[in-house]
Amino acid sequence: MAVIEAHNIRKSYGDLEVLHDVDISVREGEILGLIGPSGSGKSTLLRILDLIEPPSGGELSVFGIDVVAERDRWLDLRRRMGMLFQRPIVFNASVYDNVAMGLRYRGASGGDIDRRVQEALEAVGLSRYIRSRAADLSGGEQQRVALSRVLVTDPEILFLDEPTANLDPTSTATIERIVADLNREAKTTVLISTHDLAQGQRLAHRIGVMIEGTVAQTGSPHAIFHEPRSQKIARFVGVQNIIPGRVVSREGGLTTVAVKERRLVSTTPPPGEEVLAVIRGEDISLHRREPGYEEAENLFPARVAAIEPMAPFVNVTVDCGCDLAALVTARRAEALELAEGMQVWVSLQAKAVHLIPREG
Amino acid sequence: MVNGSPVVEGFIEAINLIVTLNPQVVEITIRSLYVSLTATFFASLVALPLGALIYFYEFRGKHALVSTLQTLYALPTVIVGLIMFLLLSNIGPFGFLRLLYTPGGMIAAQTVLIIPLLMGLTVSALSGIDRDKRYTITALGASRLQTVTTVIAEARFAVMSGVLLGFGRAISEVGAVMIVGGNIRGATRVLTTAIALNTSMANYSMSIALGIILLSVALGVNVVLSLVQRR
Repeated sequence: MAVIEAHNIRKSYGDLEVLHDVDISVREGEILGLIGPSGSGKSTLLRILDLIEPPSGGELSVFGIDVVAERDRWLDLRRRMGMLFQRPIVFNASVYDNVAMGLRYRGASGGDIDRRVQEALEAVGLSRYIRSRAADLSGGEQQRVALSRVLVTDPEILFLDEPTANLDPTSTATIERIVADLNREAKTTVLISTHDLAQGQRLAHRIGVMIEGTVAQTGSPHAIFHEPRSQKIARFVGVQNIIPGRVVSREGGLTTVAVKERRLVSTTPPPGEEVLAVIRGEDISLHRREPGYEEAENLFPARVAAIEPMAPFVNVTVDCGCDLAALVTARRAEALELAEGMQVWVSLQAKAVHLIPREG
Repeated sequence: MVNGSPVVEGFIEAINLIVTLNPQVVEITIRSLYVSLTATFFASLVALPLGALIYFYEFRGKHALVSTLQTLYALPTVIVGLIMFLLLSNIGPFGFLRLLYTPGGMIAAQTVLIIPLLMGLTVSALSGIDRDKRYTITALGASRLQTVTTVIAEARFAVMSGVLLGFGRAISEVGAVMIVGGNIRGATRVLTTAIALNTSMANYSMSIALGIILLSVALGVNVVLSLVQRR
């Protein structure tokens, strides 16, 4: 069941259009990651879904309630959700008072607040600072105070807006662990925006990619990273090879694409005649001599054109009629005794060649 | 009186006046503090809620209003004195209050003088609460009233700085209290007007003594201000 359903959401500030045509639905109990470049509208979308600010247009329902029509229910709905922001925000008061804010807004009793604030601070490992001034803590500690301030209110939906962008790896790991536990044990629905692709993959069950003010694609992490729907998405998710080609045939479930002098086969049904072949560097295997037994549908000789170390990988560009960038581990590169100009064999499964229509 | 310089002599005499708690000096100092503290209190009562209203509500001409307030920070004290004199005199609409040449009238004049300053500084103090903090307050489930009280509580030190600045302007001004109060000995004479009078009468030691006290008050305000701002 969808706890949030947004359709055609639009948001502008004056003449500046930040969001347009946003369609997204969030299922109960899932972790949905929002990835996208800075300025693609991730934070604005989260604020709209958390009912912090209204959309300029579109349909939005939260917990099954049409919030565009029922503005007077926003406060009640908002109190069932919580949001953690990118910059650690603490108020000029003690850690205790900071964490108690949401409970006080909800009119909780003094004893109840005491107990729950204690618990929330224990969960983030900050009980010893309960009487300290929050502003005196380090950035990572402040962010943990901010997180416990949200968690103490038991939100049914938790929004996290690039929560670890400014933090050290330890604080990042703590926050990621708490979020994952919360989702697993309390079944909290989580929406997290991040420009850290690895974090998106680690945490999210589903990923939405935001490009230039709209959600361009949603799907499983595998689908987003291996079958991006457009060139911009492919670029953003770090695909090394985006090569223009032309479809020449389709038979037996395989599409053949002419890329310069080379023909590549792909399992993707042809999306048009002019296409882009999208191939992740790590899906390309290199061999010293022609493999005797190879399942990959694409197999051809090539010449090593360039070798570029990118620890812990090596980025190898090979020329096989068209340039392909392969990502191999440093150890594998050593075993192959790679050198510029040497001949190698390239193998590539047809399902690793993803075809998208060429734009413009 | 050893070396005859009136300034040095005046200074020594001034110290003497302060140390011995000269009744006239004490009386003037207490009246000064009473008038300006009361004015600051009433001005805060009016200006803080109005400043908060301006900050929290979006309306046409908000920007112009804030600019006007900032211009009025430099409102000449004699102009306020003149206007208040006309309003409080027998020919004015508030003549029946019989406030002219009384401490009450001086309080009214100083209150009017510093209201724009306190309003403007309240608006800027609240504006110092950044966007992300306001989003956080909203996201935590604050109602409209809870949002207002949280923002004001968060800006309390900046608001307090504004109030102290207003008090500083009130106690150090001479134009308004001179015109409205009339500098009547034992009734409406305050530190600034007494300094002006004694200096013109070549009674330098008295002026210097009162000057030292006025400066000490200003220093005290600044000490409190810097303590507040360090928070």
